[in-house]
Amino acid sequence: MAYQFDFIPVLDNADLLLQGALFTLSLTAAGTLLGVGLGILGAVLRAWRIKPFNQLFGLYVELIRNTPFIVQLFFIFFGLPALGVRMNEWEAAVLAMVINLGAYSTEIIRAGIQAIPSGQLEAAAALAMNRIEIFRHVVLRPALAKVWPALSSQIIIVMLGSAVCSQISTEELSFAANFIQSRNFRAFETYLVTTLLYLAMAILIRQLLAWIGRRFVVGGR
Amino acid sequence: MHKIQRHLLNLLVASLALSLPSAFADSLSDITERGVLKVAVPQDFPPFGSIGPDMQPRGLDIDTAQLLADQLAVKLQLTPVNSTNRIPFLTTGKVDLVISSLGKNPEREAVIDFSSAYAPFYLGVFGPADAAVTSLDDLAGKTISVTRGAVEDIELSKLAPKSATLKRFEDNNSTIAAYLSGQVDLIASGNVVMAAIAERNPKRVPLMKLNLKDSPTYVGLNKNEAALLAKVNAIIASAKADGSLNAISQKWLKQPLPAGL
Repeated sequence: MAYQFDFIPVLDNADLLLQGALFTLSLTAAGTLLGVGLGILGAVLRAWRIKPFNQLFGLYVELIRNTPFIVQLFFIFFGLPALGVRMNEWEAAVLAMVINLGAYSTEIIRAGIQAIPSGQLEAAAALAMNRIEIFRHVVLRPALAKVWPALSSQIIIVMLGSAVCSQISTEELSFAANFIQSRNFRAFETYLVTTLLYLAMAILIRQLLAWIGRRFVVGGR
Repeated sequence: MHKIQRHLLNLLVASLALSLPSAFADSLSDITERGVLKVAVPQDFPPFGSIGPDMQPRGLDIDTAQLLADQLAVKLQLTPVNSTNRIPFLTTGKVDLVISSLGKNPEREAVIDFSSAYAPFYLGVFGPADAAVTSLDDLAGKTISVTRGAVEDIELSKLAPKSATLKRFEDNNSTIAAYLSGQVDLIASGNVVMAAIAERNPKRVPLMKLNLKDSPTYVGLNKNEAALLAKVNAIIASAKADGSLNAISQKWLKQPLPAGL
């Protein structure tokens, strides 16, 4: 017997899906801004071997990159309350995403910083640029320009990975999809619509990051 | 004339008396004659029945069966069953009683008889002792963890006030973890799940606050066994009165026997 498609029960819950999608986007935005910021800090400390922070960040990077995201999330949400640190589900989700992206972007941006020829730094010093100017124009910007595609991909991965946050009752897109599916049992239709939403969001974010890259990082001086 | 009538009447009574045992077998006298009470118990449904470390069945249902056997002054013979074959075991005469976390519903009542209830089985909202929740309205502003799609989720989604926050988790373990780690104020689940918490984390055992759905468990027996039914009910009633059923409930469910059971 052929499967009878019925999208009506899913479309009836369109508001839940849209709310969930918006929540996923906000989580991603917060996670990206703070996570990349943490990554830049870590990259500089690691690339320039500023003790003892470079070793601390090395430990942090190894710890996060070698453990599953869901375990990090459960540790923050279910584990930390035992130490008296209690966060609600979206705080825990943002923190987990920041910590995760921070570790990956530390290594991505560090690669960009270490790829800058030392002659370029010496040239800047010879031009009597101060340390802040050197950092902004000679280190950070060329470094980000080199690794921008890799960093963009990592941000998309974090956005897709936020689906896991539904496990701690964060009401993002996957939570909305699971919720609707558990009420109307229309698994195929619900997850088809959800898949298309994730795809659209990923394309949107990629385009946005490409535009930011052209406008602020690689191009326009 | 009268004599003949009396003889005929005697003959009739005698034949009736002879035919009665075969037509309506009296299980109670069978049990006492053979000295063994055969009971179907669960083996995969703790705390009602499971296989202990010594490979022997243990649990609330097993203790209840033992109580009945002791009161009947016969030996107990347990038959492990599962939830799908427990009633056929009874109706085909392989066991005398089913004590297997059996709930009552009209479909089952058409096939077998039920004793009075011997243990509580319910879905409810549970929380710490100091949480002042006595009605659904008291849930306002509270956060409650619940397993998504479970009966208690559906019930509570309909009944809870708008300002109550239901935090839905994927499985029982996450729902329990959210409560035990203090991420939510209350937890909605079954009393059996509470017993599982009590087993592992006796310090934070949640207490019953609201009853969402009640489905106590009964002893199941074959139809037309008035004597056995009366005897079982009498034993349950006296066990309720003298506190021995309450002790079994405390032992396995970590909760007292509800007053209205």
